[in-house]
Amino acid sequence: MTIILSLISLILISVAVWQLTKIFELSKPVQSESTGVANDNDNDINGKLMFLFLIFLYALTIFSFFKWGDVILPESASVEGEKTDTLLWFSFSVIFVVQTITQAFLYYFAFKYRGNKKRKAFFFPDSNLLEGVWTVIPAIALAGIILYGLMTWTEIMTIEENDEALVVEIYAQQFNWKARYSGDDGVLGDANVRFLREFGGKNLVGIDPTDPNGEDDVVVQELHLPVDRQVVFRIRSQDVLHSMFMPHFRAQMNAVPGMINQFSFTPNVTTREMRLKKEVVDKVKKINNIRFKKSQELAAKGEFPLDPYEFDFLLLCNKVCGASHYNMQMKIVVETQEEFEDWFDEQVTFKEFIK
Amino acid sequence: MSKIETSHDDHHDHHHKETFITKWIFSLDHKMISKQYLITGLIMGIVGIAMSLLFRLQLAWPEQSFGIFDVLLGKWATDGVMDPNVYLALVTIHGTIMVFFVLTAGLSGTFSNILIPLQIGARDMASGLLNMFSYWLFFISSALMIASLFVEAGPAAAGWTIYPPLSALPQAQPGSGAGMTLWLLSMAVFIVSGLLAALNYIVTVVNLRTKGMTFTRLPLTIWAFLVTAMIVVVSFPVLLSAALLLIMDRSFGTSFFLSDIFIQGEVLHYQGGSPVLFEHLFWFLGHPEVYIVLLPALGIASEVIATNARKPIFGYRAMVFSILAIAFLSTIVWGHHMFVTGMNPFLGSVFTFTTLLIAIPSAVKAFNYITTLWKGNIQFNPAMLFAIGLVSTFISGGLTGIILGNSALDINLHDTYFVVAHFHLVMGISALYGLFAGVYHWFPKMFRRMMNKNLGYVHFWITAIGAYGVFFPMHFIGMAGLPRRYYTNTNFPYFDDLANINVVITMFALIAGAAQLIFLYNFISSMFYGKKTEQNPWRSNTLEWTAPIKHIHGNWPGKIPHVHRWPYDYSKPGSKEDFIPQNIPLKKGEKELQH
Repeated sequence: MTIILSLISLILISVAVWQLTKIFELSKPVQSESTGVANDNDNDINGKLMFLFLIFLYALTIFSFFKWGDVILPESASVEGEKTDTLLWFSFSVIFVVQTITQAFLYYFAFKYRGNKKRKAFFFPDSNLLEGVWTVIPAIALAGIILYGLMTWTEIMTIEENDEALVVEIYAQQFNWKARYSGDDGVLGDANVRFLREFGGKNLVGIDPTDPNGEDDVVVQELHLPVDRQVVFRIRSQDVLHSMFMPHFRAQMNAVPGMINQFSFTPNVTTREMRLKKEVVDKVKKINNIRFKKSQELAAKGEFPLDPYEFDFLLLCNKVCGASHYNMQMKIVVETQEEFEDWFDEQVTFKEFIK
Repeated sequence: MSKIETSHDDHHDHHHKETFITKWIFSLDHKMISKQYLITGLIMGIVGIAMSLLFRLQLAWPEQSFGIFDVLLGKWATDGVMDPNVYLALVTIHGTIMVFFVLTAGLSGTFSNILIPLQIGARDMASGLLNMFSYWLFFISSALMIASLFVEAGPAAAGWTIYPPLSALPQAQPGSGAGMTLWLLSMAVFIVSGLLAALNYIVTVVNLRTKGMTFTRLPLTIWAFLVTAMIVVVSFPVLLSAALLLIMDRSFGTSFFLSDIFIQGEVLHYQGGSPVLFEHLFWFLGHPEVYIVLLPALGIASEVIATNARKPIFGYRAMVFSILAIAFLSTIVWGHHMFVTGMNPFLGSVFTFTTLLIAIPSAVKAFNYITTLWKGNIQFNPAMLFAIGLVSTFISGGLTGIILGNSALDINLHDTYFVVAHFHLVMGISALYGLFAGVYHWFPKMFRRMMNKNLGYVHFWITAIGAYGVFFPMHFIGMAGLPRRYYTNTNFPYFDDLANINVVITMFALIAGAAQLIFLYNFISSMFYGKKTEQNPWRSNTLEWTAPIKHIHGNWPGKIPHVHRWPYDYSKPGSKEDFIPQNIPLKKGEKELQH
């Protein structure tokens, strides 16, 4: 099927090319011999095409926002993410205006001043005033964006130590994620990859068995976070670079072997609340429609249909790490403090696990 | 300063015997070497673009069987389904080839070679021998890179940035074995080639300008090539050191970039190194590299736009200063690739600041190009179309740089498709357009024949629509949060609604790819059957058009022309013609503008 489709499109493209060449050829005055240099006719056609291209560019922009605007990430589910989102949309509106205006000037001038034999170009080599204007205006605009950006950045990246925060270790390896919580003592035990082989491979993240702080640590494969409480992530990797990417919280930090990186945010929407948000409901509906259609195709071929989709927060790997990089993920559940405690009580501590 | 006595060169006569080998293969003549660069670059370009089409097929129709995969990928596509390791290898080699082999050597190598001696009025490069060496080293490195595609476990697959430990440990992925060794060797040779070439360019521009060719009368192409060569000299050695240290880690057990690693059930001996150090070394080259690619394209655009608008380039001095400012800033912004590596957040602030500053000289350049078009008499030769296209993609892609360069925003967009869309527009497509503009404009100089303009028009318009069709929608995929370098996103139902966009992008990519065949056909057929060129087909002011059409050693018979004016006297009031070449003396009472 795809082969036929691609064959047809190839043929159509060739026809289009041939036709286009024809148009250029036919649009030439008969007597003039092709010299390879543009004549008035070429200038006229290409100048007009320049204007059409401007319209194409605007149409593509409008079409894309209209058709695909809903794939953009939903509102942030963390306190810090809301700040970056404001900065993002502020920056976007600035560049959007600049893009719309400058492209218009570029293509409109190309169209308006398309050459011909009679026209004489205006000799205009320099103007200190104009140069000044378009040095100073971008400089002022950028100064604003830089200041605003740096304030946001400093706020997000300054991680204050406080007893309230939940400390979680995110542990990366080819090709999965694990999370480690400190137990009741509130301190993560020391760890190093050199301890990984102890206890017959049951020491999943290499906790130092001689460190008493590690005894009540809990290692899990699904990340649970209480809502409205700051979380400080300590990020490790055992083999190659990975990147802890949680797009719904606007959070990302690399996992680097031999180093412990930090990142922090405060989730402020639970998974349950998120699933009820209108934009998420719409997105899930759209995705399930797509999956339903695909399932019908699969069923027709006698294969298993796809499961319906329900929204969950995700942790993805965002630094190429090998063959299964594209499938290195962990589910994140944001829940109330009580639900979190109930879940946590069911987990097995390191000491119990290695017995 | 530039008053080099030219007559002593005149014994460089045209009678000494040339064999086939000295003329076509080991040529010392910059005109032949530039053709060698161009053709090698185009061949590498075919490989690089073909690879991108292969992985675009996989992205649009993931894990489906394609006959073409079966044919081209063989054992790496069982039943015609692409293997994930091969996907990563294709992405890696596509990036490496396009950035270094096509847009650095192919673009800068070709046009620096043909234009530097001809536009400054020199007999040849300062050292023809070094020039020949730099081409042949480039050739060897291309051959090594192509050879790496055929090793047993496949070519390098750690991304074109080859971050260790992934690139250092053969246990981490199959491509990090012999494939990576060849990649590193190839790049080491490439760097040596680039350095030799750059030194030659700098020396030539500084020392061999003809009488009257002061720095303020240099065409902007030459300014761009000169500054590019300077950035090469500053940044490439750092990549060489990174590559050498990585070779040490891989083969001799050192721990520059590695520490505390457990892989495949084994603790490795490495201790105390840091992958972040590699990232610093890599990007100290990697970011300037963006401008090594882009500046020559901008230089070419300046020349092509002024000539075809029949107007002086607007703000010559501002253009020169902005090239210098961009070059300076480009060496102190590398950290913006590393905001989320665990680098000190304060350092992140510094890099945000320097990065966003680049927007100022870039804006000046864009506005100056637009003003050059204003009230022009625009001749739409194919080169001009590509030059205008370049300004357009430079703006579209540059603006999203304001988002990505802002560390707070980069946290969430880093390594997503938003980045892919951004850099492809601002440096990939822009530089490629620069390359095409250069080829269409100087083809008559290089091959003494004209290219077919109608095919050129078709080539441009399809490419222009295809390029925006590919990269504009890609921003949305990035803003949906999809990471780059994913073999497929079918493992995340959350991204299922991106499937349609991926199909659209691939369709546009296939169309744009097909358009390049038109260019290839035009290029090859014009080389042999194109109409013979006139002396100065574009009615341009620069010196290369005063040299005889037939290529001779030493470029000009007799004396080298002297220069009396800047290169942008187009449509000057008081002149009958709308152009006055640089070698025409000032008329009585005529004022020169730039001095």
